[in-house]
Amino acid sequence: MTTKCWDTRARNRAERLARAASFTAGRIVSSEHIVALLEAVIEPGDRVCIEGNNQKQADFLARSLVKTDPARVRELHLVQSVLALPEHIDLIERGQVSLIDFSFSGPQANRLARLVESGKITIGAIHTYLELFARYFVDLTPRVALIAAQAADRDGNLYTGPNTEDTPAIVEATAFKGGIVIAQVNEIVDKLPRVDIPADWVNFVIQAPTPHYIEPLFTRDPALITEIQVLMGMIAIKGLYAEYGITRLNHGIGFDTAAIELLLPTYAADLGLKGKICTHWALNPHPTLIPAIEAGFVESVHSFGSEVGMERYTAARPDIFFVGQDGSMRSNRAFCQAAGHYACDLFIGSTLQIDLQGNSSTATKGRIAGFGGAPNMGADARGRRHASPAWLRAGREGRGNIAMPRGQKLVVQIVETFREHMQPTFVERLDAWDLAATANMELPPVMIYGEDLTHIITEEGIANLLMCTTPQEREQAIRGVAGYTPVGMARDLRMVANLRDRGIIRRPEDLGIRKRDATRDLLAARSIKDLVHISGGLYDPPKQFRNW
Amino acid sequence: MEQFTLTLPSSTLPQDIIHTAICGVVSSGNLEVLVEPTATRNACEIVVNTSAHGFRDIWEAVLKDFAERHSVGGLRLSINDAGATPAVVSLRLDQAFETCAA
Repeated sequence: MTTKCWDTRARNRAERLARAASFTAGRIVSSEHIVALLEAVIEPGDRVCIEGNNQKQADFLARSLVKTDPARVRELHLVQSVLALPEHIDLIERGQVSLIDFSFSGPQANRLARLVESGKITIGAIHTYLELFARYFVDLTPRVALIAAQAADRDGNLYTGPNTEDTPAIVEATAFKGGIVIAQVNEIVDKLPRVDIPADWVNFVIQAPTPHYIEPLFTRDPALITEIQVLMGMIAIKGLYAEYGITRLNHGIGFDTAAIELLLPTYAADLGLKGKICTHWALNPHPTLIPAIEAGFVESVHSFGSEVGMERYTAARPDIFFVGQDGSMRSNRAFCQAAGHYACDLFIGSTLQIDLQGNSSTATKGRIAGFGGAPNMGADARGRRHASPAWLRAGREGRGNIAMPRGQKLVVQIVETFREHMQPTFVERLDAWDLAATANMELPPVMIYGEDLTHIITEEGIANLLMCTTPQEREQAIRGVAGYTPVGMARDLRMVANLRDRGIIRRPEDLGIRKRDATRDLLAARSIKDLVHISGGLYDPPKQFRNW
Repeated sequence: MEQFTLTLPSSTLPQDIIHTAICGVVSSGNLEVLVEPTATRNACEIVVNTSAHGFRDIWEAVLKDFAERHSVGGLRLSINDAGATPAVVSLRLDQAFETCAA
């Protein structure tokens, strides 16, 4: 009888570490040995995570991986939330990757689509962040994780700083399942401000020649907010936030929601809504939220990541943000995604296309951009078991008076009816179908399914899809706010008038909104400089946003 | 440039409350609209100068809705457009109307 071996992964890890022993002494490795280290510890077919977050990037390790010998480092299965850097795609072009599972690829969407169409790479699936992290602990556990931190001490403990992001989830999955964790750090110090990742979860630490890159993804210049966005923001505040009493929410990344943030201390305050709406957030530290925080609108913000330039501001507002005893913020994408899914009553965001069933997608021909976190925010949490007035009201509107009381999350798309170059936002058929066909995907990449969508806001008003009783009504409610797009022009005027009489469609005038008031003067800040001033000089915007 | 004039039936706006008004600016994606009283009392005359070609159907739909939404008989609107979306056109027209009839 043969004896079953139960620690093959641990033995294999020991072999990998032994191969690296000739040029490593302890955890700290010199950057000149990085390529040799990667070739020593990575085996063909490995599942590898190159920490590529929404914001923070393990860029030095990605650049180094592209320098490895393709005969040795090959057939990799990349499992990482974001394909953001050119090197991520270079690695595929060099033929070193056979499969990718990811969440978001915005910056590389065009190159990725071309590689998929030419058959150079296979996509396992495009996930939401939370979904991919979940699979790290089930069937997509990384064998090697290449991560980024702000600093290490000489033992190998890591300090991530405010951009903790995905690091805890990646490291936990890798380190506890026989994997190897390699961290690039900006500096090695004697004593860390705090320990975000303990040293015995980390195998190697390399001081990178340059600090890791962080993308200022959530900075929206108030100077670029249009009056249409101001109008839609007024509609959202008066027609939705006030109506349902939304206190716990998540905002998307676009200018439409930035406009709402900047209307809180002005328009919403004038409506007497301070303390009644928008008190608790799952949100990155958006610079455009500064005026609302300073005006006392906001009680709490937990963040997925940080935002470049917001470090001193968040540190100085520990009552609002999650700040360590060392005095700097800690973010955590996995926890914040869970918070956005389960603990928020409303998600509002923008999209590129909405069809007649209310399905929405950011996929367009020739671009595989992925989802990020929006589908988790923008989906009813079927497992939710705690009540709130907003959630219960949405449940009553959507489910009618059924015997078992149950709520529903408010999931809102806020869009202009036309995008730039007169591209209609409302379409009969999503481009996602064509993309799925050319890229051989089992599912068209839909960001938010129509069954989860509760409201659409456009410059024409709000459509409340919860209150529609038939699929025909729902379609006409969508057409009824679709403006002068072909979908909007094909509306049934009589049905739309009926929906308006029943309050399912509400125009700005139905809400008592004067369009004359929809000017940029209503924004609490009209420039990045205003934000700096309102923050008392604590906000330090990145160079590309300094135009004075 | 494309130029056309539409005369749309609309309920009469009392002349004595009309002020001449100008709204918006001619910058990319935006437009300016000048509102003045005219002698034709039961219709609104709209002159459109636009930098974008091929959108006359949409212009007519936007302007027809505007003339139905408000009593604008007796007004002449002159629009100088630099590629504004229908959303911006409607907003500017409504703002101009609210201003001139305030």
